Amino acid sequence: MSILIDRNTRLIVQGITGRDGAFHTQQMVAYGTNVVAGVTPGKGGSKVHGVPVFDSVAEAVEATKANTSVIYVPAPFAADAVHEAADAGLALIVCITEGVPVRDTLGAFHKVLGLRGANNALGRPRLIGPNCPGLITPGQSKVGILPGQICTPGPVGVVSKSGTLTYEVVKQLTDHGLGQTTCLGIGGDPVIGTDFIDALSLFEADGKTEAIVLMGEIGGSAEEQAAQFIKRHVSKPVVAFVAGQTAPPGKRMGHAGAIISGGSGTAAEKMAAFEAAGVPVARIPSEIPALVAELLQRRRARKKNGAKPVKAVPAKRAKAPVRNVAAARAPRRAAAKSRPSATSKKFAKKTAGKK
Amino acid sequence: MNLHEYQGKELFARFALPVLPGQVAGTPEEARDVAASLGGTVVIKAQVQAGGRGKAGGVKLAHSPDEAFEKARDILALTIKGLPVRKVLVAEAADIAKEYYCAIVLDRDKKAPLVMLSAEGGVDIEEVARTAPEKIVRFHIPQDGLRPYVARNLMRPLFPDFAQTAQAADILLKLYRVFTDGDCSLAEINPLAVTPAGKVLALDAKVILDDNADFRHKDWETWRDPAEETPGERLAREKGLSYVKLDGDIGCIVNGAGLAMATMDLIKHYGGEPANFLDIGGSSNPEKVTAALKILTSESRVRAILFNIFGGITRCDDVANGIVASLQASPLEVPLVIRLTGTNEEKARQILKDFGLGATTSMDEAVRMVIEKAQEVGA
Repeated sequence: MSILIDRNTRLIVQGITGRDGAFHTQQMVAYGTNVVAGVTPGKGGSKVHGVPVFDSVAEAVEATKANTSVIYVPAPFAADAVHEAADAGLALIVCITEGVPVRDTLGAFHKVLGLRGANNALGRPRLIGPNCPGLITPGQSKVGILPGQICTPGPVGVVSKSGTLTYEVVKQLTDHGLGQTTCLGIGGDPVIGTDFIDALSLFEADGKTEAIVLMGEIGGSAEEQAAQFIKRHVSKPVVAFVAGQTAPPGKRMGHAGAIISGGSGTAAEKMAAFEAAGVPVARIPSEIPALVAELLQRRRARKKNGAKPVKAVPAKRAKAPVRNVAAARAPRRAAAKSRPSATSKKFAKKTAGKK
Repeated sequence: MNLHEYQGKELFARFALPVLPGQVAGTPEEARDVAASLGGTVVIKAQVQAGGRGKAGGVKLAHSPDEAFEKARDILALTIKGLPVRKVLVAEAADIAKEYYCAIVLDRDKKAPLVMLSAEGGVDIEEVARTAPEKIVRFHIPQDGLRPYVARNLMRPLFPDFAQTAQAADILLKLYRVFTDGDCSLAEINPLAVTPAGKVLALDAKVILDDNADFRHKDWETWRDPAEETPGERLAREKGLSYVKLDGDIGCIVNGAGLAMATMDLIKHYGGEPANFLDIGGSSNPEKVTAALKILTSESRVRAILFNIFGGITRCDDVANGIVASLQASPLEVPLVIRLTGTNEEKARQILKDFGLGATTSMDEAVRMVIEKAQEVGA
């Protein structure tokens, strides 16, 4: 299993005729993602890498029964693209675009939230991003710009504020034989659609995820909140990393949200918050695989001995879709035996051959 | 972008907030002229983006144009918290009976603008938040906006009579328009002052703009202060690179902000000192790479440069082409270590190989290599 995307994902690419949209459509199709349509107003009727283009998201959804959209539209129009996708009834909207004004993101966020229904943390529709690399469920579907060849199916859920730092760590996990259920980049803007806590809830409820890697950075307090959430609601082992230990205060480090302001939002505070919550913190990215491997081994040994998880069942899990809860509670039969599995290796080879 | 007080007041005035007349001056002579045209007592305020200007001697009253000249001369000679004072604001002085604090700031977690009010104005609000948080009124503005009755209800407990409450509520509503229409992440009035006659005024302005919104505010460009930028920072901004200068001697050019920060951290971890943060961003074209090398070699005392590229939206071959083009135009005087992996990695390796350059795939290895090379240069 996985979170948010899988084989059933039917994807629309908004902004498919642009440089990035076209390039990454090709990459997503090559990976095996079911890209059913593209949208660029005024370019309806054409094709990009074999994908039919429509003038509006509504038309594309009607013609293709799409359930997910990825947005490569330039920043001034990106929030409008989110509104259009939400109005067309798409369940998952992934906005890759960087440079969206916060005012526009706020509007898009509240629009999507309003359509979601009250108190349904795992509900749909859901916005991911903006300013994010998207997500990938190895061997099944990739939505966004994460390079497919660095991933392989396995038991680790990855969530990160960053793009390329995520690739770095995912590649190292793969190189150490630690495959992933889903890798999710939530984005580095001050306001984002899906935060660490949402992602942690989803991974906690996912039957196949056995450990979680969380990569944060300076700015805001999402990491501190995530640490509190993990302490109370996450039974699976989590390894944290925080980028920006050498960042000076008051300077924006690339991401719109990555700034130490008024002395708060430092990497040191965030690392301390994780440690206080009992979450191991990797000092450098290359420490992450070993920490994950160790925690996985310990968890599996505990499972084998029949011991129950120490931490409480999250309150939010009760509201998860029934199939998720059932899967999460089911005994882990063969899941723990060998990793990566024979099929995953085959898949990795297959995709590698395509590149 | 952080605005100076005089720029913030310009913005406030556009939205009809009550600010006192004034003008910015770069020399004592200009300050004298402004004081003469305003008449009466003026206040002269250092225009630097730092708190505690008053304590540092950067805010003075002047009762005549000649006194304005002298005070401006003194203030323009100051350096406040490391920032040289290049401009002063000369404005009408106001008698103050009481000072309040009034601000709207983006609350990232609640995903809403947050109103912060306090009857303890004119002081460092972060100090108030630490020592007496109950003295700060907080209110999250809902997505459909701030209603006048809500603004009145927020202000009513803070002011002694309804005439002042109405003025303060009107100011808050206008400040909300500054915040939203002006694409601010912070719009702060400290102090929001009441005169002995009961008039409510915005006596200071602290504004932070959301840089992502600059495409719909062509006028923001005029607020950019060239004197506040180093040549490297200017080039970085013009070429769309994120660049922050640091104190170390190992330059790093990275794609992606998170990886760039992690690279700096790793340089430090292995015993080096990063010279900068530099994110060449997604979809990098060769021109950006050339600009990045130019910035590092011209501005920092770099002893070695590291490229750390993990291709996703960035294509490794674009970066490789940029490196080659740049080195062809002007050879580097410091050692270069290249690490690249990801999208179009093979093409990139070939391009570099044809030019006689090698590249590693491991970030840890690349960082250790660049530190070693920097030490060799230093020795």
